[in-house]
Amino acid sequence: MKEIYLDNSATTRAYGCVGDLVRKVMCEDYGNPSSMHKKGMEGERYIKEAKEILAKLWRVKEKEIFFTSGGTESDNLALIGAARANRRAGNHLITSAIEHPAIINTMRYLEEEGFRVTFLPVDRFGRIRLEALKKALCPDTILVSVMYVNNEVGSVQPIQEASGIVKAYNKNIVFHVDAVQGFGKYYIYPKRLKVDMCSVSGHKIHGPKGVGALYIDSSVKIKPIVFGGEQQKNVRSGTENVPGIAGLGLAAKTIYENLDEKVAGMRALKEHFIEGVSQIENTKIHGMYDETSAPHIISVGFAGIRSEVLLHALEEKGIYVSSGSACSSNHPQVSGVLKGIGASQEYLDATLRFSMSEFTTREEIDHTLEVLKELVPALRRYKRH
Amino acid sequence: MRFHTFLLKYGEIGIKGKNRYLFEDALVRQVRYALKDVDGEFIIYKKQARIYVDCEGEYDYEDTIEHLKKVFGLVGICPVVRLADRGFEELKKDVVSYMDEMYEDKDFTFKVESRRSKKTYPKNSMEISRDLGEAILEAFPQIRVDVHHPDVMVNIEVRDEVYVYSQIIKGAGGMPVGTNGKAMLLLSGGIDSPVAGYMISKRGVGIEATYFHAPPYTSERAKQKVVELAKKVAEYSGPIRLHVVNFTDIQLYIYDQCPHDELTIIMRRYMMRIAECFAKKDGCLGLITGESIGQVASQTMQSLAATNDVCSLPVYRPLIGFDKQEIVDVSEKIDTYEISIQPFEDCCTIFVAKHPVTKPNIDVIRRSEEKLNEKIDGLVKEAIETAEIIEIK
Repeated sequence: MKEIYLDNSATTRAYGCVGDLVRKVMCEDYGNPSSMHKKGMEGERYIKEAKEILAKLWRVKEKEIFFTSGGTESDNLALIGAARANRRAGNHLITSAIEHPAIINTMRYLEEEGFRVTFLPVDRFGRIRLEALKKALCPDTILVSVMYVNNEVGSVQPIQEASGIVKAYNKNIVFHVDAVQGFGKYYIYPKRLKVDMCSVSGHKIHGPKGVGALYIDSSVKIKPIVFGGEQQKNVRSGTENVPGIAGLGLAAKTIYENLDEKVAGMRALKEHFIEGVSQIENTKIHGMYDETSAPHIISVGFAGIRSEVLLHALEEKGIYVSSGSACSSNHPQVSGVLKGIGASQEYLDATLRFSMSEFTTREEIDHTLEVLKELVPALRRYKRH
Repeated sequence: MRFHTFLLKYGEIGIKGKNRYLFEDALVRQVRYALKDVDGEFIIYKKQARIYVDCEGEYDYEDTIEHLKKVFGLVGICPVVRLADRGFEELKKDVVSYMDEMYEDKDFTFKVESRRSKKTYPKNSMEISRDLGEAILEAFPQIRVDVHHPDVMVNIEVRDEVYVYSQIIKGAGGMPVGTNGKAMLLLSGGIDSPVAGYMISKRGVGIEATYFHAPPYTSERAKQKVVELAKKVAEYSGPIRLHVVNFTDIQLYIYDQCPHDELTIIMRRYMMRIAECFAKKDGCLGLITGESIGQVASQTMQSLAATNDVCSLPVYRPLIGFDKQEIVDVSEKIDTYEISIQPFEDCCTIFVAKHPVTKPNIDVIRRSEEKLNEKIDGLVKEAIETAEIIEIK
């Protein structure tokens, strides 16, 4: 049975060239970048190259790029590091109600440390309400964090408008963007967007797991959250994950080659999929699904079928998808994001996320639609009372 | 304190007459199984109506005790210090320092009890007890003798070496697994069935298990959870052969053909039939379920009778008179609770009716089942033939 992988927002298959490079760095060029000898220099060179790639993509300085163990650590470092470093200026933080748990739970932790946090509501398409942001800002505000693309429904946040509002109010407020789902789909220019910090992850862009990056504008004050050998200018101690960093760099470079074409391809498939799935009775596409939404994420509610059941039924046909967000499937619970966008009760426990990559083909989408058209009515026949 | 040996005491085996060696052999086997993954080299043997575990090299004391406490049939585990026989004067010193090290607080009563299997020893057991008692009293003025109800019984056994022990750690009780045949446990992912398996196993019964899954309605993770539960039960019961039955087609067929308020009962009757089929094939002498009267609709007296109706083997329900909390308490003790409460759906609940029958009439149920005649035998046969077998070691 052919495998159809439509869970690319959970993780992606690595590019072959990334796998080869990671292997080479692990087995041949394995020096510690902090070592004084030639082997160490080799390791350092990979990090330098990855930085060059990201700096060029983001149009920022190389020294503004830091590597971490992934999107979650990037978010933690950005929020905790900046909140603590700017505490004297105030203790109020702002984020949205539909952020990834890496943001939500870090904010909750910061509440325990004594910070006050405002969680902004979103509209029915999953976009933050700018009016609410304006109202939330206060002289105590030191940090605002908004995600680029929502991981569950694919809504794209009005980052530039939000940062404009924030900076107009007080240019010293640090503006962070969790761009884990947006990176590799959008051109992200932090300086132009007036974004001070930006988190990305390797494995969402066909790179390795366990590696991420954080852009930190050189004007931002930040304190480390892990302590050790003072690598990466003491912002992030610990021997650099050289194979991972090299893989991340190469993946970033590769995904941005012909990006417009790839995105247009995904968007066409998304439209095609939505058209097909809308023909099935009692389905609902969550969030926006026109040009203003992410090209690769489609969140669909199937009334009357528990998402877990449909997920496993698709799995039996070789089709892999997520219910809600895969990161939280360890504790099956109703999605906060779907609630946040006001999805009706019948869809809360009945929604699947299909997420594509540049490797997704029209045949795969067609086949998935066929399977859905067959499974959905069959599964609806058997239900609890 | 470095203990060199564990003396294992058993209870009910002692009264089993001529079959005793069977029980002892089973116990030795279970002790060996319990210690197989513990760090250390253990020599396990029976001698003079006791079982000994010698630990010659380094070993993990805490873990050893932890595992021995899971062996059914043991009532007490005594950590023993073995002393080389270097004459009675040296023995006195050694026993005094043993007492010093074992009991920091000396405010208690004690008694020395001696046995002498090395008959060439210069003192007899009365003399050994008396003289060692005296030495302990001299060394620690706070300690008092009480020959009737001592807080601490210091046991001395003189063989080629001298064995000293005074501590008895409570064992699991029950009977050694394997001395009472085996039975088939209907294992779900819930709290009750692992406890039921544990309890029957405690009486010396070996366990096999049957689990029903219903993909795509239940997930691979739900199955994994059941495997984890079986592993926990196996720590007590020894190896378990787990039959995993794909129940989806049978369930959907029942859903299509029968009244929905009878679904659960009819489904359970087919589960019993299938489990019994495996049971008979493997020589099991009964079925085990985690049912308790009145807990849910399918566990009323009428429902139990309706499920019982299809079995020819006896059905053992060790939790029948337990309240939920009592079951939870045992599941926490045997460490299955945390696994059981993971929220994966099991196949009993997926199509449960809003108002299932609570007082099913067996004749009515039988009539409903007649509507399944066309296909059910084939489906059951297929479910049995395609069952996956997982050996839990």
